[in-house]
Amino acid sequence: MIPRNYREMFDELNKKNEEFEKILATMKGPDELSTKDLVSMDDLTEKDIELIFRMTLPFKELFIKRPEKKIPLLKGKSTINFFFETSTRTRVSFELAEKHLGADALNIGKSDTTMGEKGETLNDVARVLNRMYADCIILRHSKSGTPQMIAKEVKVPVINAGDGWHEHPTQVLGDLYTIYERKGKIKGVNVLIVGDILHSRVAGSLLRGLKKMGANVKVAGPSTLVPYGVEELFGARVYHRIEDALPGTDVIYALRIQVERAAAAFIPTTREYSKMFAINPKRVAMAKPDVIVMHPGPVNRDLDVRTEVIEGPNSAIEEQVTNCFSVRFAVMTLLVLGKPGQGGKQEKLLQRWQE
Amino acid sequence: MKLLIKGGRVVDPANNIDKTADVLVENGKIAKVAAAISEKADQTINATGLVVAPGLVDMHTHLREPGREDKETIATATRAAARGGFTTILGMPNTDPILDDQTAVEFVLSRAKRDGIVNVYTTGSATKGQQGKELADMWELRNSGAVAVSDDGRTIPSANVMQKVLKYAKMLGLPYLSHAEEPSMTGAMHEGFVSTELGLEGRPAVAEDIIVAREIILAEYEDAQIHFCHGSTKGTMELVAAAKKKGLKVSVETCPHYFSLTDEAVRGYNQNAKMNPPLRSKEHVEAVKKALKEDVIDVIATDHAPHLLNEKYVEFDEAASGIVGLETAVPLVISNLVHAGVLTLPQAIAKMTINPAKILKIPKGTLSVGADADVTIIDPNKEEVVNSSEFESKGRNTPFNGMKLKGIPVMAIVAGKVVMKDRKVTE
Repeated sequence: MIPRNYREMFDELNKKNEEFEKILATMKGPDELSTKDLVSMDDLTEKDIELIFRMTLPFKELFIKRPEKKIPLLKGKSTINFFFETSTRTRVSFELAEKHLGADALNIGKSDTTMGEKGETLNDVARVLNRMYADCIILRHSKSGTPQMIAKEVKVPVINAGDGWHEHPTQVLGDLYTIYERKGKIKGVNVLIVGDILHSRVAGSLLRGLKKMGANVKVAGPSTLVPYGVEELFGARVYHRIEDALPGTDVIYALRIQVERAAAAFIPTTREYSKMFAINPKRVAMAKPDVIVMHPGPVNRDLDVRTEVIEGPNSAIEEQVTNCFSVRFAVMTLLVLGKPGQGGKQEKLLQRWQE
Repeated sequence: MKLLIKGGRVVDPANNIDKTADVLVENGKIAKVAAAISEKADQTINATGLVVAPGLVDMHTHLREPGREDKETIATATRAAARGGFTTILGMPNTDPILDDQTAVEFVLSRAKRDGIVNVYTTGSATKGQQGKELADMWELRNSGAVAVSDDGRTIPSANVMQKVLKYAKMLGLPYLSHAEEPSMTGAMHEGFVSTELGLEGRPAVAEDIIVAREIILAEYEDAQIHFCHGSTKGTMELVAAAKKKGLKVSVETCPHYFSLTDEAVRGYNQNAKMNPPLRSKEHVEAVKKALKEDVIDVIATDHAPHLLNEKYVEFDEAASGIVGLETAVPLVISNLVHAGVLTLPQAIAKMTINPAKILKIPKGTLSVGADADVTIIDPNKEEVVNSSEFESKGRNTPFNGMKLKGIPVMAIVAGKVVMKDRKVTE
């Protein structure tokens, strides 16, 4: 399935990359995901995440180093990017990854559908898409649970590109990859998540992903923006004074404060929030010297994170974008080409890759 | 016309009867309850091994007619009631139009007379259009046949209006049936671990408690009668228990789903587990069971709320709230309360017969000689797997589909006439 010349190019690059070899050597595992869909981080086992990481690196190396972007593993496949809510980075990132992979990508937004005007339900739209036999559906929706709903209706893989307050797993896979890249591990790393945990789909996936990978997690935010039961559910200790949480931190993960929503009823003013929780140089200095600062974007500059920090040496914010992009290559390739859950006839994707 | 029900375990809590006996029905009335009645009857029913109870009363049914006949009609609702073993139901006023004037109430009652196969009573709306602002014509509503007033589906937001409703309803001798949920606390499900995991906005249990407390305080001040619909929280139970201890005219019902399911049922964004008030966490479910056992809860009602499938199978936040209940209530009560040892059989029957009848002051729920011969016969050991496609209701929205339950209503008799036999409507 991988054209000969590309495989040669892969191999050549792989051979050159000692680090990649090392990672491959230490990460022998299954070569298919255990899930048909990626709706929640809960769909993935630790082994699945390792597999995704193992696939991510070569993709990242390839499109950064090569002049020619196409890696047409998904040539002849079609993907539908179903974005019911506006998005810049996620939609562009998926679409670009699909194009690099050679898939025919189609974008639809809420205004392109008959849902609003003609009253078609999401389920019916999903069934229509199912009968067009696209190979992968990527869904972004403002309501929690919609990807799960659609996944029940369609036979092909569904990837959650963010649903309501629930999850955003591909973002967090890229984030976990960033931590892994920078810290060499995730297990035992001290991560502090800061800000609006309640409304954040990124936090929903991050808390699950970090717990699964064995990180030590703290959260800091205004009490009105921390949802019920975070400690019990995700083992994350909650702080309302960020200074108390910072010492010993390896990773500061700041979330976007949703100016429209949060400032309306959950916090008095963004100014007060910023004074209490913004990541500024002084606060960064209270963490470990090699702390990295992360943010899923879009950043409210100087409100979530001070510009000096965004542009400073501890920032991994832009690297996150590249890693989230790279991880989407891996996830889509694995879900579309793999036949998880079907047993027997596995496609041995990685094996072929490494041949 | 004589009908003799022989050899059953007669449970008639109103008369403190729980014994093996025969029941003789004559001309639509109960003629005699005694051991070994030897009188000749036109029809004899062998009830050996079965429970013979007064016809069950559901004081919380959404008939949907007028206005939403696509969801349910009085014909289908009463058929569902019969299949579920209910011989009397009370319609809620949130139809279209709202039952806030005498014309609408009279329409429901005349339709019930024409199409209904069980007894139908109706409520009237307490405020005009259920808007919670101006009092509805409660005197006219009562005179047209409404037996209670309610803004069910909604809480009256204003304490000022609420006070006047209680005052006015008291003057007319009407109970007020309160849907107690603080309207400013929104959210698609119970606030707890599951809401956090699913990323859904949580509506905390205290949203219910706050209004229950307000209503009790106002009812005490006005010395008025108040009944709480679908109590689901530990707080409600504590507040009602305290109010009863004080001697206030307070009663509360719960529904089978509040003692059968927890908020865990919402996982997978199951729209059939969405209702108001929302399914609660285990702590509250245990409190509801305790309150049932200690008779803090007077009534088990269904809150039968049929919806179209396409109103349910949409995004969880957008999905209609409520489930159908008439055809699953008895099996859930017998399985989850009686067989589970929470309630004795007479306790359970009382909460579905004489207790609601007393609250509504309707002549139902007993096998006293001279009473209307409404009888429900239950096979406590018969098992059944819930199959929503067999429902008489137009609604299929149930979280209990596929569940195996034990304790099935096998006959319903209304005014001496068999309307349901072996889960089949005979009308």
